Amino acid sequence: MSSIIEIRNLTFKYVNDEDQETVAIDGLDLNIEEGSFVAILGHNGSGKSTLAKHLNAILRPTEGTVLVAGMDTRDENLITDIRRNVGMVFQNPDNQIVANVVEDDVAFGPENLGVEPEEIRRRVDEALNAVDMWEYRSHAPHLLSGGQKQRVAIAGIIAMRPRCIVLDEPTAMLDPVGRAEVIETIKRLNREQGITVILITHHMSETIDADRLIVMSHGKIIGDGKPAQVFSKVQALRDAGLTVPETTQLIFELRKEGIDLPLEALSVEDCAEAIYKAFA
Amino acid sequence: MLKNITLGQYFPGDTFIHRLDPRTKLIMTVVYIVMIFLADNFSAYIPVVALLLICVFVSKIKPKLLFSGMKPLLIIIGITALINLFYTSGEELVSFWIFTITKEGVRAAIFMMLRISLLIMGTFMLTYTTAPMQITDGLETLLGPLKKIKVPVHELAMMMSIALRFIPTLIEETDKIMSAQKARGADFETGNLVQKAKAMLPLLIPLFISAFRRADELATAMESRCYNGGTGRTKMKQLKYGYIDLIAALIGMALLAAVILLNIFGL
Repeated sequence: MSSIIEIRNLTFKYVNDEDQETVAIDGLDLNIEEGSFVAILGHNGSGKSTLAKHLNAILRPTEGTVLVAGMDTRDENLITDIRRNVGMVFQNPDNQIVANVVEDDVAFGPENLGVEPEEIRRRVDEALNAVDMWEYRSHAPHLLSGGQKQRVAIAGIIAMRPRCIVLDEPTAMLDPVGRAEVIETIKRLNREQGITVILITHHMSETIDADRLIVMSHGKIIGDGKPAQVFSKVQALRDAGLTVPETTQLIFELRKEGIDLPLEALSVEDCAEAIYKAFA
Repeated sequence: MLKNITLGQYFPGDTFIHRLDPRTKLIMTVVYIVMIFLADNFSAYIPVVALLLICVFVSKIKPKLLFSGMKPLLIIIGITALINLFYTSGEELVSFWIFTITKEGVRAAIFMMLRISLLIMGTFMLTYTTAPMQITDGLETLLGPLKKIKVPVHELAMMMSIALRFIPTLIEETDKIMSAQKARGADFETGNLVQKAKAMLPLLIPLFISAFRRADELATAMESRCYNGGTGRTKMKQLKYGYIDLIAALIGMALLAAVILLNIFGL
């Protein structure tokens, strides 16, 4: 499979009010394959949101290059094309919905791209169906729940037909029900439409089903691989200020007591099964 | 307190009036205003009132809503009427101290009250039967030609629609901040005007800060959805004139003609 995003030696520094330079991303290399579901995990200030903003040219690299579908984000002329290919969903659903009616908001992206009216209508219906919000098409966004609003925001992105969606902590402001709705929606989009999904989060549980998990700390990648492999490095994650899923935590503690259990058992069922086998 | 703001509220429906193209409604509102200010005798107001009544009747908007919407503006109407009553010169009716009431004054006061009330009710009919986004769309198209003389029509329309979109969000937020400040002992209800105004500060400052943050985030979100201003933009919902717009336009023209005729020949 080809890479949709290629990052070479990316460094990003910003200067605060007191003229102090902070390095948010420190010489990062990363390739993301088209069609994959990648989760990026990190605590606050790990540089994960800064990285996300580089993926559709909201921020430009201080050093190094970011190539999106082969296009360099530093080229001003390519920005619209880059953003058409990589859509971005933000944390606060209220602050990314532009219109007063759900379907008008979903139409906003395609309208900006100058798509024909009938084609926009088709895309809007399709996008709303894909996130299961079609019956709410004529509702006012402020009357929807957080999870529903966030799904409308996702529909607004997929109506632009991007190849990749970057979600920057989309569930941080949602209740557990809304969180499940959003995660279910993005997993389905990845599976059924083959859209590359990059999910930035600090909830371990949301990363378990990802094809690949990247852990960031202090602007660097400190873990990269299948979620089960990454979580098995319990000590390294703890050093980065992250907790591991409860199942991994349990197995880790049991292993310290000398009970031989596989650290890869991530889901509750797998974990129960492993413990059952060990004691049977 | 914040829930009952009726100014500029929209009541959804599916009547003849609701289905009219927003541009028709905007133009009709202008025609209606012209009618109000053209009419200079009582009989000439008959077509004006008739137009308003037809709209109220057809759109099934409760007349009560029109009057309740007027309430905050009663003071202004009252003051305007009083000024007209006392400061119009002419045939003297009553005179006391420094005030003189003239026949022309009474007439002017009644006309002024009538004009302002009709004006307000008419514009309420527009906002009650037209979704804010439709008004914005209508204005953007109607004012489109002004783009040629560098008036940022699209930008203004976009600003208006975003403002409308964020009104409920900001009201919700105000309620939230109010509760939070009340929980810490803030007092918004008692005291004189100055004290009340001062009590608003701990409400307004967080509200403004949050509004600026929202604006910033919204701008980023819009940019990442390829927003580049009005050029090269299309619209999903195209405005279309239908035969009902033609009917409305004919009725409007007929009533305007009636006003002019009654002005010349009426009482």
